[in-house]
Amino acid sequence: MNLVSLSYKNLIRKKIRTGLTVGGVAIAVSVLVSLMGFDKGYQRGLKSDIDKMGYQLLVTAKGCPYEAATLMLQGGGGLRYMEQEVYSKIIQDSRIDKVTPQLVHTVADPDKNDGQGGMMLFMGIHPSLLELKPWMEYKMGGWFSSETALEVIMGYEAAELEQRVVGDQIYVPGIDQVLTVVGIFKRTGTQDDGIIFVPIQTARDLFKLDNKLTGIGIKLKQIDDLVDFQEDLYNEPGIQVISMAQVQGTIYNLISSARVMTNSIALIAVVIAVIGVINTILMSVFERTKEIGVMRALGASRLDIFKIIWFETVMICFIGGIFGNILAFLGGHLVEQLVRGVIPYVPSGQLIYITAPLVFSSFLGAVAMGLMAGIYPAIWASSLRPVEAVRGSE
Amino acid sequence: MNRSVITGKRMSKVYHLPAEDIYAVNNIDLDIHEGDYVAIMGPSGSGKTTLLDILGCMDSLSSGELKVLGFDVSGKKEDELVKIRRGHIGFVFQEFLLIPTLTALENVEIPLHFARKNVKRAECIDLLGKVGLKHRINHLPKQLSGGEKQRVAIARALMASPKILIADEPTGNLDTKNSQEIFNVFQKLNQEGLTIIVATHDEQLGKQARRILHLKDGKICS
Ligand SMILES: Nc1ncnc2c1ncn2[C@@H]1O[C@H](COP(=O)(O)OP(=O)(O)O)[C@@H](O)[C@H]1O
Ligand SMILES: [Mg+2]
Repeated sequence: MNLVSLSYKNLIRKKIRTGLTVGGVAIAVSVLVSLMGFDKGYQRGLKSDIDKMGYQLLVTAKGCPYEAATLMLQGGGGLRYMEQEVYSKIIQDSRIDKVTPQLVHTVADPDKNDGQGGMMLFMGIHPSLLELKPWMEYKMGGWFSSETALEVIMGYEAAELEQRVVGDQIYVPGIDQVLTVVGIFKRTGTQDDGIIFVPIQTARDLFKLDNKLTGIGIKLKQIDDLVDFQEDLYNEPGIQVISMAQVQGTIYNLISSARVMTNSIALIAVVIAVIGVINTILMSVFERTKEIGVMRALGASRLDIFKIIWFETVMICFIGGIFGNILAFLGGHLVEQLVRGVIPYVPSGQLIYITAPLVFSSFLGAVAMGLMAGIYPAIWASSLRPVEAVRGSE
Repeated sequence: MNRSVITGKRMSKVYHLPAEDIYAVNNIDLDIHEGDYVAIMGPSGSGKTTLLDILGCMDSLSSGELKVLGFDVSGKKEDELVKIRRGHIGFVFQEFLLIPTLTALENVEIPLHFARKNVKRAECIDLLGKVGLKHRINHLPKQLSGGEKQRVAIARALMASPKILIADEPTGNLDTKNSQEIFNVFQKLNQEGLTIIVATHDEQLGKQARRILHLKDGKICS
């Protein structure tokens, strides 16, 4: 038996009240952990998505850069077209390490999603794509037989969804054309998984887009040249150059207003939890006025009483911290689904990323919350005059 | 004659109420010696509790002087008073006031924590044995009868080896049989040398003390 266990035994005296208070703290902590974990997961997912683009710069036709950024991450490149000449001109630049042209086209497919209709996303590509994205490996089959072959390579999920294997024929609605599957990529964890790839010339022929491009991905030899390179292309008519760093920043800005809102919710949860803790501890102090008086009579100093009450508060918050983290782990999934519905771009991969330092700091936070919430009730209890406390309020 | 443990001169405690000033303790001189067993008797409101609180260093005087165990108590602040109480004075109250979440044994240990002494379990059990509760050490207060609770409270008061035991109407909530048992314990403790001051308004019990002080309107009348 020591003072800490005295505090503990006190808490379990009123199980429901203590339980509710711990619950309040747990909710606050779990909201905090989920939100911070989300922030981390989002940035991480975004960065990994962007790294997995393989290029640092994307040239697209002029248009809304936000739209372009979002479309591009979703596998497109901004569905505005540039001429092939732009590509021919750009590849002259000696600062370029690798470059690849893309032609994205979407086709409505009324049979998709069990008859609800959906989009087939085609991308015309050049062998150089695989130099920029060396991690794209084949699960089955391989590259097209020629530059104009009526063949496709499917992204992992696109194939999975329709149970395609090499040799299958796929029908492209609208243009009444049948294409043969010659390859299937392994999973990359990016938007590429949902794309159906065709040779770029085939895409131009099929979709009647002679000499057209939707994007040019560029990797420079030296990242230091990035700004200069971008400036040089600035004056080219009809095109814009977006760096992946800008895309990252832009998307992050897009969700920042959502973050302000969620942070306010977290703050409110914390304030409510703190008020709940103070209320619970104060009530328990009031109820125990006589006990506190007896302890003072038996030699407890003010500091002893202060400590007993403070321990109680910190314990509530500490236990709340434990349950809060468990809740965040379990409920993170739910929050993730909710968030996916409301924000403009969601990177692939785990969205809520709860790390050890995050768990640790949330504990520190909960304990700090307890230390703060405990001050007032502890001071109140310790400044009771022993005579009055023992006689009580009758 | 044994040496004095409590010496009070012209002690007064005044409560200033809006309507009047109440002299709960009114100009009392008092000398209590080591090994004394004093019963303070008087009707309700006569000032027994107030006087005990003052003698036990729980409350301060409005005027007068008081020495307890050689310490000059008059005019001392609570933070100093607690140091005199701790380890020197034991308290027993009418309502027992055990900590309901702790077992009999744990209740008895409590003062040791405040005195920053190591808990010696055997000593605690011995003390409970002394008040006849060796078989109840792991019971919670709610599992004990009133008389048993009060005996636990006595053991608790004795834990820090006080020189003086102060008991304010310790049998106020007990029946005759249990009351007598409590006084038997006091008798035994006093024979072992403990100074005891007990307030009661039960004549029969009060008579068992070595010395009786009758209190009326804050004054000693015999
Ligand atoms: N805190 C207080 N404020 C005002 N009057 C008090 C207070 N405590 C005690 N008194 C008064 O002092 C007198 C003595 O009270 P008390 O010492 O409790 O008597 P007893 O213990 O003999 O019943 C009573 O008249 C009581 O009303
Ligand atoms: Mg009284």
